[in-house]
Amino acid sequence: MEFYTLDTMTALYCAMLLPFLAMAGNMAFSGMQNIRDTFTLLCAVLTFSCVLVILSNVGNDVTEPVSLFSVFPGVDIAFNVEPLGLLFAIIASGLWILTHIYGVGYMRGNNEKHHARFFACFCIAISSVIGIAFASNMFTLFLFYEILTVSTYPLVAHKGTPESIRGARTYLAILIGTSVALQLTAIIWTYVLTGTLDFTQGGILEGKVVGWVVPVLLGLYAFGIGKAALMPFHKWLPAAMVAPTPVSALLHAVAVVKAGVFTMLKVGIYIFGIDFLADTGASEWLMWLAAYSIIAASIIAMYQDNLKKRLAYSTISQLSYITLGMALASSMGALGGGMHIAMHAMGKITLFMCAGAIYVKFHKTEISQMTGLGRAMPITFAAFFIASLSIIGLPPLGGSWPKFLLMLGAVDTGHYIIIGVLMLSSLLNVAYLLPIVGRAFFMPVPNDTPRTYNEAPILCWLPPALTAIGCVILFFYAGTLQDFLTPIVQK
Amino acid sequence: MANTALVAEHTARTLYDHLPLLQVLVPFCAAPLIVLLGSRRLAWPLAFVSSAVALIISVMLMMSVREGGYISYTMGGWSPPLGIEYRIDTVNAYVLMLISAIGTVVLPFAYVSVKDEILSKNHSLFYACWMLCLTGLLGMVATGDAFNVFVFLEISSLSTYVLVAQGAARDRRALTAAYDYLIMGTIGATFFVIGLGMLYMATGTLNMADLADRIADQGANRTVRSGFAFIVVGLGLKVAMFPLHLWLPKAYTFAPSAVTVFLSATATKAALYVLMRFIFSVYHPDFSFTTNALEIIFLPLAIIAMFSASFIAAFQINFKRMLAYSSIAQVGYMLLGIAILTETGLTAALLHMFNHGLAKALLFMGVGALVLRTGGAFYTQISGLGRKMPLTCGAIVVGGLSLIGVPGTAGFLSKWLLVQAALERVSENSLFLLVSIAIVLSSLLAVVYVWRVFEVLYLREPNPDSTATEAPLMMLIPMWILAGSCLWFGLSTDFLYDIANQAALGLLDGSMGMLDSNKTLGVE
Repeated sequence: MEFYTLDTMTALYCAMLLPFLAMAGNMAFSGMQNIRDTFTLLCAVLTFSCVLVILSNVGNDVTEPVSLFSVFPGVDIAFNVEPLGLLFAIIASGLWILTHIYGVGYMRGNNEKHHARFFACFCIAISSVIGIAFASNMFTLFLFYEILTVSTYPLVAHKGTPESIRGARTYLAILIGTSVALQLTAIIWTYVLTGTLDFTQGGILEGKVVGWVVPVLLGLYAFGIGKAALMPFHKWLPAAMVAPTPVSALLHAVAVVKAGVFTMLKVGIYIFGIDFLADTGASEWLMWLAAYSIIAASIIAMYQDNLKKRLAYSTISQLSYITLGMALASSMGALGGGMHIAMHAMGKITLFMCAGAIYVKFHKTEISQMTGLGRAMPITFAAFFIASLSIIGLPPLGGSWPKFLLMLGAVDTGHYIIIGVLMLSSLLNVAYLLPIVGRAFFMPVPNDTPRTYNEAPILCWLPPALTAIGCVILFFYAGTLQDFLTPIVQK
Repeated sequence: MANTALVAEHTARTLYDHLPLLQVLVPFCAAPLIVLLGSRRLAWPLAFVSSAVALIISVMLMMSVREGGYISYTMGGWSPPLGIEYRIDTVNAYVLMLISAIGTVVLPFAYVSVKDEILSKNHSLFYACWMLCLTGLLGMVATGDAFNVFVFLEISSLSTYVLVAQGAARDRRALTAAYDYLIMGTIGATFFVIGLGMLYMATGTLNMADLADRIADQGANRTVRSGFAFIVVGLGLKVAMFPLHLWLPKAYTFAPSAVTVFLSATATKAALYVLMRFIFSVYHPDFSFTTNALEIIFLPLAIIAMFSASFIAAFQINFKRMLAYSSIAQVGYMLLGIAILTETGLTAALLHMFNHGLAKALLFMGVGALVLRTGGAFYTQISGLGRKMPLTCGAIVVGGLSLIGVPGTAGFLSKWLLVQAALERVSENSLFLLVSIAIVLSSLLAVVYVWRVFEVLYLREPNPDSTATEAPLMMLIPMWILAGSCLWFGLSTDFLYDIANQAALGLLDGSMGMLDSNKTLGVE
């Protein structure tokens, strides 16, 4: 294979530039939709293969940062490869392929407008996600973090209705507001204190800060990373649900929110350092806040009738698992958090794609309207069921492992109440996800709903079916995944 | 610092040694030439060529003082402090470069815009005034003589009043705007010259380096202090320091588009440079009254400007006027950087001068292009043009993002440095934590007013009877040159940062002292 001769950095740059090529293609072929969409698909596949090349070259080693531009003394725009980032890049670029296929089906099936602009912004977003994944210092990460925010704004506002513009404003206001007011302050403060922003094994702050500054700085980061949707800065996620479903699926279940918690993990592991957090106890409050977020968001989710809103609150709750993993300040917790990025992405994207398939076929958005739909759309609802089980955390599905690791982490650090929180959360997940499936399959079918097989277009049901199968497969490869991630918590 | 000083004595023969003079002389000669030729067709090429030459000269000057040191050029063979001295160091070479670069980039844009907005019989006189304005701005930056600063300040101001009044062909309110500016600007210049008078009374010299030495020798007496107060207020008016900014919104809104572009990126910056020169080089921050003025007056006023002007900008319904208010807020950032009084703070101020110049020139050009195609800059007139003028609006988006300070654009780096400068001083005075928070919060206000324009351009429905098409190439090229530099300097700021940092060091060092230069000039 030609590709295997690519060296790591070239592959990395390719992975970041190919989405831009796809964007240019979208602009150039904006009139010819078949060529345009095939071209983007090709770029998506190539991006994914570039990331795989990096995987085969590097494995789970940590490479040296390579600087692209020098900004200030001690601050570069630089990239390196490390397991957590690589995992994130694999997930995002891999799921991009499926979402693109799904997106084509959705946009055409739904007669949405402005396809070219839609897919172009999508590509920039993917490129910035790859940038986030491979950033080797906080400055570079922040750069791509903000590009991601700005490039997804047109996607959220896509429909152009007053409602979607309002949603998009909330989205932008919270994400830009928190990142500029809190995160940027924290980053510059870190730079002033330490003179560097490089992600370093074991953290850079140890010995540089003492006393009250540590929890305050952590607070600036934790709330400043608005994409992690930690309460009380979570409102943007439900607001962003006005976006077309492919956006919700990839960006608001995978790329954007995972960029948030990924940043959170990076900050916890490479800026503060797990041991430093454990020694100072600075993250204790964050752990309780995350636990509160997990429970509160699950309870709010139960009361949402709009399917996408319910999934959004579920995401808020699940993201806090990852924040919790960091805040536990134990290596098991951090591993669990890292693994949950993959597991939750697979499960949640399935759920969103199913919601979109239902919308394309029957234009139903409220759960109360979905009574008896299971007979018409058996594949969609079967996929929904499997993904729900994964989110709940039942074996044999991928979602069970991170929960297990988080519990181990809680035992390690002696926080037994957290185990209770995780169990309660699972029960709440059951309460808000399974009734949807039950309603679709077992309640009497109303007259206006077809009783016979009447699935969405194949481009809309095949991708969620594949990701649902992915949830099962991930269960059996969790050990590999854990071994892969282990270097991030080694000294 | 001055050990590498280059000296050009009056006996110098090569053209290269006359660069400091030529920097000012080239546009100065172009102005009467344009008038004398009186040809409408030759006016623009002459103006463009002399601007381009000025740019080349400024880059050459920059190259020779980049590592520190200065070039002293004596006028007419009279050595300073008797004669007039031009003194180029990193600080003013940097500002000269900014002014002549913007001046050159704007002219192609002006070519189209002026044809559209100004009566054709005035064209050659317009370009003559433009050249005079450029001369004034370059002169007040290049010179090392305090009274000479005043002369050039007046040259640039007087020509600016004329340029602003040219907007009357489109909107008669330009006349009152120019009149307001004339009154305010003259008051400012008067204050400045009164201050200079006091300094002359106290020291008997007008050479800036000599002034610095003598003020340091005699310490702070009342005359020196009042002189400082007059100079700061006078220059504050020209800088549009809050609350002396009242002339600015009107002048920027009603001036012809090209004039607004040029002024917004250069005029306030040149005045700001002179202010810095006086604060740091002529007076020295060692004087308690200088430091006090910075911390008690500049700092709070800068923060008030950042918030109040941004707030007002958020409620404007005219794109051009909104940008004018935003300029006042952005001047606040620069003043804040100066008031923080550290190396990082000054570097931030100097860098922001450049970055804001780029972004604001770009945005005003964008407005100019929209005005050319739609006839006005009200949000109702420009709504939904994102699809009809994609390249213009794309450039506006880049400029807007840089104005906000989104990472990846030039504006981000100067804001970063500003916050960093404030945070560095937290350890000695915890009030600076509040200052840093104020900076980030006020930049969120920039998001509000910039995003409003984005929504107007992209999300609103266009006017059904609008026939707008893409702007002409002569406008697009300068716009995208600036947009490209906004992005480039947002990623790779090495070059600019080094220069700004060197300039900041030079200012803080304050070594304009004649003792040094006596040696290097060989004056016994």
